[in-house]
Amino acid sequence: MKRLPPRPLVLAGLLVLVVALSLLSLMAGKVWTPFSAWIDQADPRWTIIFELRLPRTILAVAVGAALGLSGAAMQGYTRNPLADPGALGVSALAALGAVLTLYLGGGAQATWVIAAAAMVGALIAVILLLALAGSGSSVVTFVLAGVILQTVGGAGVALALSLAPNPWAVNEIVNWLMGSLADRSIAEVQLALPFMVGGCGLLLFTGRALDALTLGETGARSLGVDLGRARWLLAVGVALAAGASVAVTGVIGFVGLIVPHLLRPLVGARPGALLLPSALGGAVIVLAADVLVRLTPSAAEVKLGVAMAALGGPFFLALLISMRRRLA
Amino acid sequence: MSGLSAHGLVVRLGGRNVLDGLDAAFVPGQVTAILGPNGAGKSTFLACLAGLRTPRSGAVRLDGIEVLGLAPRARARRIGFIPQTPEVAWAIAARTLVGLGRTPFIGARGLADDDHAAVERALATAGVVDLADRDVTTLSGGERARVLIARALAGEPEWLLADEPMAGLDPGHQLDACELFRGLARDQGRGVVVTLHDLSLAARIADRIVVIAEGRILADGPPPVALAPGVLARAYGVEARYSQGAHGPVIEIVGRGR
Repeated sequence: MKRLPPRPLVLAGLLVLVVALSLLSLMAGKVWTPFSAWIDQADPRWTIIFELRLPRTILAVAVGAALGLSGAAMQGYTRNPLADPGALGVSALAALGAVLTLYLGGGAQATWVIAAAAMVGALIAVILLLALAGSGSSVVTFVLAGVILQTVGGAGVALALSLAPNPWAVNEIVNWLMGSLADRSIAEVQLALPFMVGGCGLLLFTGRALDALTLGETGARSLGVDLGRARWLLAVGVALAAGASVAVTGVIGFVGLIVPHLLRPLVGARPGALLLPSALGGAVIVLAADVLVRLTPSAAEVKLGVAMAALGGPFFLALLISMRRRLA
Repeated sequence: MSGLSAHGLVVRLGGRNVLDGLDAAFVPGQVTAILGPNGAGKSTFLACLAGLRTPRSGAVRLDGIEVLGLAPRARARRIGFIPQTPEVAWAIAARTLVGLGRTPFIGARGLADDDHAAVERALATAGVVDLADRDVTTLSGGERARVLIARALAGEPEWLLADEPMAGLDPGHQLDACELFRGLARDQGRGVVVTLHDLSLAARIADRIVVIAEGRILADGPPPVALAPGVLARAYGVEARYSQGAHGPVIEIVGRGR
């Protein structure tokens, strides 16, 4: 086995990337903002930085961290490298929850209703997944359960779309299907951020249980691990982190799938050691993708969720092929 | 009352009593082998002893205290368990895997110095130092089984319960494992309980053998008693002869008894 880079170095490297890309995210776009514009409040670009790009950058970091961490925790718990809030339908049910509020009327008045509904949707999804993937069921059962949730969530949103009362509602619903960070206000950030931080906090507490689960459920229990506690930390943590993310940005897939895959070799594959790096790595990927989306020359901005799927799909395919070659 | 004891264990699975009122007591400083035909309830019994399965009725007591009443971490420190089909989900290093054996001891900060020391001792005792830096998913079945024994040793438990630890080991490493388990019992005073299928191996390793069939104790005693032809005929439906060879007991299977 190759020697691993020391953990502080991995974390520091990722942190430097997060900071550098955050600065780039504040500067980059149709209007480039040099550092001089950051201090001068009279400069019109000051408004662009602090009212448009700052919320967007904070969201990119938070959503990336929430999705990367959720993916790493779900993979560790299920011992399945294909687990991810997007792939297993958690995001889809969160989006369905959010979209339903538009019909029940609450969503138009208060954004917190949308956020709450998204988190409830995500929680239902995680609980269903864990119930279906209870002791003894295989990876296949689990992935199939995820496919079912995703189909149901997607179909529900599509139904809402076709029944939409007016073009404004159509536009709003499409936003949930294809996540984006554009034009989010600082108020939306303030609403979602505490839940994402709280969810991430809960997930970080699962580390030791996830490590022990490397030996399977019986192995983990024989080591004195309280699996019931771990299950609840995971369910509520993912519901808060991924649900709140979807509530403000819509569905952004592949982050939780790709990031743990990329970082796993750097931490020696120990699932508990993968959690914090995956949060940072998720922030890096979403920041980078969002900057790319902004710089892409096109009439209307490409949605971040679409870009992530377009980049993530082939990338993940390549990963699968290399994985198969290694196993064969 | 010292030792690990089962009192009237009943476990029902799929409409039949897998364990049907089972009583047995184990003492530290001994290796006990649990034998029995397929489906006799050996693994279920071991899981009950380890506090990992709740019986329908009956109890398991450790030094007089109910095992299920112990806090999971406290129980895990005292009773080490090696499952029958060990699963290793990720491509972690063997040393990291052995380190998981320290789980009941570690706090939020991860492995401390004495944890690392215990891991190195376990690697040495199980004779897998040369495998320590290998990725466990690249190990052979037998190599992985030995690393998993080291994993259980890393917790330095008073009791080691192992479900078919010899499966997949070559004859040389089977002997090594026998010596290892005997040393744990005789030299370190730990209690060792293993389930086995190989009768000669059981006779070699065990101070005492418990034969289970249909969820009940069929025989319980030193190898010559528990492996008597009558017992083996009833347990396995085979005709067998027990003899003392030059290098240890030999059980010769003559044929399918009727």
